[in-house]
Amino acid sequence: MKATSPLPGLPGTASALMRRDLRLLWRRRGDALQPALFALLVIVLFALALGGEAKVLASVAPAVLWVAVLLSGLLALDTLFRGDAEDGSLEQWMLAPVPLAWLVGVRTFMHWATTALPLLLATPFLAELMHLPRGQLPVLMASLALGTPLLSLLGAVVAALTVGMRRSGILLALLALPLYVPVLVFGAGSVAASAQGMDPVGALLLLGAGLVVSLVLAPLAAAAAIRIALN
Amino acid sequence: MPLTDPPAQPLLEARGLRFARNDDPVFGPLDFSVDAGEALLVQGDNGAGKTTLLRVLAGLLRADAGEIDIDGGAAGPARRARAIAYLGHLPGLKADLSVLENLEFLCGLQGRRRGQLPEHALGIVGLAGYEDALARQLSAGQKKRLSLARLWLSPAPLWLLDEPYANLDLEGIELVNRMVQAHLRAGGAALVTTHGAYAAPPVRTRLLAMTRPVAERAA
Repeated sequence: MKATSPLPGLPGTASALMRRDLRLLWRRRGDALQPALFALLVIVLFALALGGEAKVLASVAPAVLWVAVLLSGLLALDTLFRGDAEDGSLEQWMLAPVPLAWLVGVRTFMHWATTALPLLLATPFLAELMHLPRGQLPVLMASLALGTPLLSLLGAVVAALTVGMRRSGILLALLALPLYVPVLVFGAGSVAASAQGMDPVGALLLLGAGLVVSLVLAPLAAAAAIRIALN
Repeated sequence: MPLTDPPAQPLLEARGLRFARNDDPVFGPLDFSVDAGEALLVQGDNGAGKTTLLRVLAGLLRADAGEIDIDGGAAGPARRARAIAYLGHLPGLKADLSVLENLEFLCGLQGRRRGQLPEHALGIVGLAGYEDALARQLSAGQKKRLSLARLWLSPAPLWLLDEPYANLDLEGIELVNRMVQAHLRAGGAALVTTHGAYAAPPVRTRLLAMTRPVAERAA
């Protein structure tokens, strides 16, 4: 009888999905650079508009870097589930022998790893462009390392809610921004606090707490939203 | 064809199944069952609710009333994942992946029948030699054949086929019938929707005729 064949479990489905996403990334490697290029563009424009004076740039550097990362994340957000919804992949995900939330979580992680992680690696270079004092770089990196996965998870819920619409465009941004604001405040705030000689740990801990909570809840909420959107 | 012993439980049983969209009844109440080794031909005009019925059975939509039993137990996500392979209008293929990569991913997601290899399945559906072609380069009929290969590899005993003949040439229609026949002989079952223009597979078949229930409401 066929039914005796073993079904893939959580690790098996996750690795299949990861391999698929990496292959897709490789096939469209030109697109993969887009978020990093966009962030670079924003930062260069800021640097030009502010006149390139090191002292002025350094004072706004944490805020500009955080906004650039947040906006480029917003730009990439629509691609999170849209392709899989349009070609029917999500229907097949729902019929997989693992919870939909698990696949949504893995997909969100891969999306973060392919859009936000390269940006994170480029941050020391971008920070140099903005004349960020070297001493603040570790705090900035820590805040981004905690903040960008949090942004991706919050964004996944919003992207799942709008996946049923043909063109979600500005609606996606309008829904996501209120959720992003606290992350931006604590993320940029932690760097600003350390610049003024205060302890940034409090803000970082709050980001970490938010990350833990959303790590558990966001995939569940996004999976429920996808089920509704596909009706 | 030798008849197998009647199984104790029908593979799929629906009782009083009903679905409405925004208070507009789409179908139902429907009662039917499918045993292992049987095909259920779901016939009806366009808009009669055939696709909706299959989506409800697959768990993609929630029924408004009624019960669905799979293998003698109430249909839940785990039971569905084990028992159902669904072929819908959307193929679920990634255009930028090759034929073989698409199959490997879908097998990794939903499991693979013991002793079946993706390469063999591609040979069966007539896609041998296309292993490295990107899915975007395939014609609509070839994409359908690729979906059939995925179905062939699936370990699920119950096939839900939504218009499996669409886009296929005569030889492809024959292929679907052959696959359904082999699947049923191995103890599986299949639900096939069609608007009646094609020859049904030569197997033990039940017929479910669907009509639009909205006629008297609209008046």
